[in-house]
Amino acid sequence: MAELDTSQSGGKKKGKKHGGKKMSTRVDLTPMVDLAFLLVTFFMLTTTFSKPQTMEINMPVKDKETKEEGQAVKASKALSILLGADNKVYYYLGIEDPELMVTGFDKDGIRKVLNEKNRTIRDLIVIIKATKDAKYKNVVDILDEMAITDVKKYALVDITDFDLELIEKANL
Amino acid sequence: MPKVKVPRKSTNIDMTAMCDVAFLLLTFFMLTTKFKADDPVIVDTPSSISEIKLPDTDIMAITITKDGKVFFGMDGKYNRERMIEKIGARFGIQFTEEEVHSFSLTGSFGVPIANLKQFLSLTSEERKNEKIQPGIPIDSLNNELQYWIVYGRLSNPRTRIAIRGDGETPYPVVKGVMNTLQDKNVNKFNLITDLEVRPK
Repeated sequence: MAELDTSQSGGKKKGKKHGGKKMSTRVDLTPMVDLAFLLVTFFMLTTTFSKPQTMEINMPVKDKETKEEGQAVKASKALSILLGADNKVYYYLGIEDPELMVTGFDKDGIRKVLNEKNRTIRDLIVIIKATKDAKYKNVVDILDEMAITDVKKYALVDITDFDLELIEKANL
Repeated sequence: MPKVKVPRKSTNIDMTAMCDVAFLLLTFFMLTTKFKADDPVIVDTPSSISEIKLPDTDIMAITITKDGKVFFGMDGKYNRERMIEKIGARFGIQFTEEEVHSFSLTGSFGVPIANLKQFLSLTSEERKNEKIQPGIPIDSLNNELQYWIVYGRLSNPRTRIAIRGDGETPYPVVKGVMNTLQDKNVNKFNLITDLEVRPK
């Protein structure tokens, strides 16, 4: 393949006294292969195979006029989750005079609670509020828990003073 | 006992086939490769079970670092050119052709608009210095991110917005970014995460 047949087929021998030696045109391809593999390695290492994963979130439309109406949430169906410092998760059911509980992000933590509430309460609505000590990771984790536990309705809202007081008072 | 004659074979292997394979692979990788975007900062995104892939093109990425700096990046060379011209017109800054070109090749950046001109005159090595890129201001008084978002979307209406935040970022910063997005009527955006196995 790589060699060309340059053997002269007679006829021209007359002119050349030295009767030209038949030079092999066989090229050593090894360096070329080396180079090609070097480049292959380079491209293999620099290429990005996996596209990053994303999580889609839809936020409610921020409109000053509709804000007042707001969707009233039935107190008995609302589970509030507060994200605190040090990966702590506080939660309470209902709105008035709630009993604050604390848990974590591990398997038997908030997931268990969500699973149980989701089973026992129809049309559960989870309200997620993050304090200023919460990390971004906590928020993503809790949104992820919603997907895992299959909670249909949840909202990410601003924390209120009432919630902060609750956390402080409970001192968990 | 007669000697067993081992026929001497030439060790000259024909490299042609190997060469063919190597170049075939090379061509494949050259065509499929998409160079990693040159990010000014290292961001360790949190993981989620979401399996939606981020599209390759038409992405506006807002990067948030651990210490709360905000970076902005958009894909598409021509989109970026259009964007900086609009930003220049809005803030009364005249960008030279070289600066526009330099900007069109820049990935993510985190400089206030006032420092943009100076930033564009630096080499990519100098830009790696942390002090050069303090992040894009997102305070309510001086929110420059909103202009980038608005003019970015004007430059490429099909663009999607993705937030790439570090897991350790304090939530108020992320909230600031989300509020900015909502103020600009962007209510649908993506959070870039790593893949995690769905628990049983």
